[in-house]
Amino acid sequence: MDIAIRCRALRKTYDAKPPVEALRGLELEVRAGECFGLLGPNGAGKTTTVEILEGILDASGGDVEVLGLRWGRDDAALRERLGVSLQETKLADKLTVEETVALFSSFYRKGRPAKDVMADVGLIEKRGAWVVKLSGGQRQRLAVACALVGDPDLLFLDEPTTGLDPQSRRQIWEIVRDLRRRGRTILLTTHYMDEAERLCDRVAVVDHGRVIALGTPSELIASLKGEHVVEFAVNGDGPVAGAGATASGVPGHGPLDPQTLLALPSVTSALADSGGILLTVAEPHLAIPALLERLGRDGLALSRLTTRHASLEDVFVALTGRHLRDD
Amino acid sequence: MRRHPYVLLTRARMKEFLREPEVVFWVFVFPFLLAIGLGIAFRNKPPDEIIVGVVQADGADRVVAALAPAGGFKVETVAAADAARRLRLGKIALVVVPGPSYEYRYDPTRPDSVLARQRVHDALERAAGRADPVEARDTLVTEPGARYIDFLIPGMLGMNIMSGGMWGVGFVLVEMRSRKLLKRLIATPMKRSDFLAAMMTSRMSVVFLQLAMLLVFGRLVFKMVIQGSIASIALLALIGAFSFSGLGLLVASRTSKIETVSGLMNLVMLPMFVFSGIFFSADRFPDVIQPFVRALPLTALNDALRASILEGATLPSQVGRIGVMLAWGVLSFLFALKLFKWS
Repeated sequence: MDIAIRCRALRKTYDAKPPVEALRGLELEVRAGECFGLLGPNGAGKTTTVEILEGILDASGGDVEVLGLRWGRDDAALRERLGVSLQETKLADKLTVEETVALFSSFYRKGRPAKDVMADVGLIEKRGAWVVKLSGGQRQRLAVACALVGDPDLLFLDEPTTGLDPQSRRQIWEIVRDLRRRGRTILLTTHYMDEAERLCDRVAVVDHGRVIALGTPSELIASLKGEHVVEFAVNGDGPVAGAGATASGVPGHGPLDPQTLLALPSVTSALADSGGILLTVAEPHLAIPALLERLGRDGLALSRLTTRHASLEDVFVALTGRHLRDD
Repeated sequence: MRRHPYVLLTRARMKEFLREPEVVFWVFVFPFLLAIGLGIAFRNKPPDEIIVGVVQADGADRVVAALAPAGGFKVETVAAADAARRLRLGKIALVVVPGPSYEYRYDPTRPDSVLARQRVHDALERAAGRADPVEARDTLVTEPGARYIDFLIPGMLGMNIMSGGMWGVGFVLVEMRSRKLLKRLIATPMKRSDFLAAMMTSRMSVVFLQLAMLLVFGRLVFKMVIQGSIASIALLALIGAFSFSGLGLLVASRTSKIETVSGLMNLVMLPMFVFSGIFFSADRFPDVIQPFVRALPLTALNDALRASILEGATLPSQVGRIGVMLAWGVLSFLFALKLFKWS
């Protein structure tokens, strides 16, 4: 199988006081033809990784190969074959959609006609509108259009749907799926777990400049050893043992030690989380009655109980004890 | 069908420029309003009348009678108590106190007072019977080219080329950097030289438009006479535009904050607004600072434009000024290319 991107021991340190280590030995392999997701919280190193792959940033160390070529040696050839949508680029306000697309297209040796690209992203009827008059979703589709003008073999989309309304997000997803069907390789970053689950063939979870988990979304969810999540809270318990850290059960940190819940049938993990407790469960119909019985014995009353399918967010929480979005 | 990126980049830049109403106002309307305003304020009018006060005292009537046939001033009699106050306020230029001998009271730093003293003394001497051995006659001349508006229009042009070059290149680049648009552009195969050349070209086109408009305006409204050839004037404007685009590029080479670049630009332009002879001649500054004043690119541009427009100076006679402008442009460009940050 062809490899589109290969990163070995990628490091990036930004000059600052103190220096910021954005990447600490990141390893990555993206196969040709797949839609690959970099999932992680803000500041995890996703954008730094992508910008090094795009040839915009220099790495501080490590080895990068893109489409079998290398930055510093094959720059001109690489730029012809990559499509890039940066996080939060503001294109020129007072140019029209068509002028913008035609301008970007002119940079490529085999630049596509503006009309075709606008049709790809559904902006034909907005062709004469100034960029400043477009909605957030339309602007993002224009940014994707500018990434498609060179008919790229590899497409980078850095947080393509951040800040968009649900309908605009679905439109972007459609465009990405369509490209995927046409055999393009796509690397996208996101901090939306649902986006990664829906779009990506494989996902790398990035945290503190490293890949901490890698696989298809279903593989990652399966690694929780329980596909259901039970979230509950009991009366009077504030934050249990400090959200963010797995409760240690130190006396005084809450009425219930999550660790003791691991003894319940089919419970595979238990941790304190934002004012409640989060259990990963293989079979809820066994775990929930046992949980209720346990609470009754301790004289605690339920104030909340929900069950749902596990998501990539739960994978991240299980790996780090933190949420993807702490804001 | 497919166009060269340089052509599209230039066209995009021009469109963006023309679609910005504030910018169009500052570049194309404001200079005319300023020229009209200053043209009206400093229009050529008959010289102010000089008033001479004769103190009411013995012999005052005789003095008034003696001054009556003389021209160039008007005579009023003033009360002794009033004379000093009116002189101080500038209402009268000279106080004549009649008596056995005449007394003139005036401020020697006021040119009109000195003039009045001479004319009054002349008239009184003639009235007393002086004969003039030398005969002379006056021919009065007011030539276009020597008026304030003639001085002003080339200065306005120079000022516009400066601020246009600085803002049009510096500000625009920093804005593009802060929008991450520069970063986005270098992620494409776009040639950086195409981009910078397009930036320059659009600047030059605007300068030509401004040049044409200001000269036509000066010609039609103020009957300005353009002595030099249009080609040499255009070439000087072009060299000036190059010089200030270079400075704009240099000022914008690193920062991504609009506030920072605005401050830097004002810092660079302020000395030139003051010293480079936009509204008054740079010759007025003391000799000590003349080398500094002459080394400024705007001084060189203003002087060159004035020499060419008003006196018809040829380009070879202006090599020094052209050299100053080119030096600023080339050095700024070289430094800017070294320092320039795309992201």
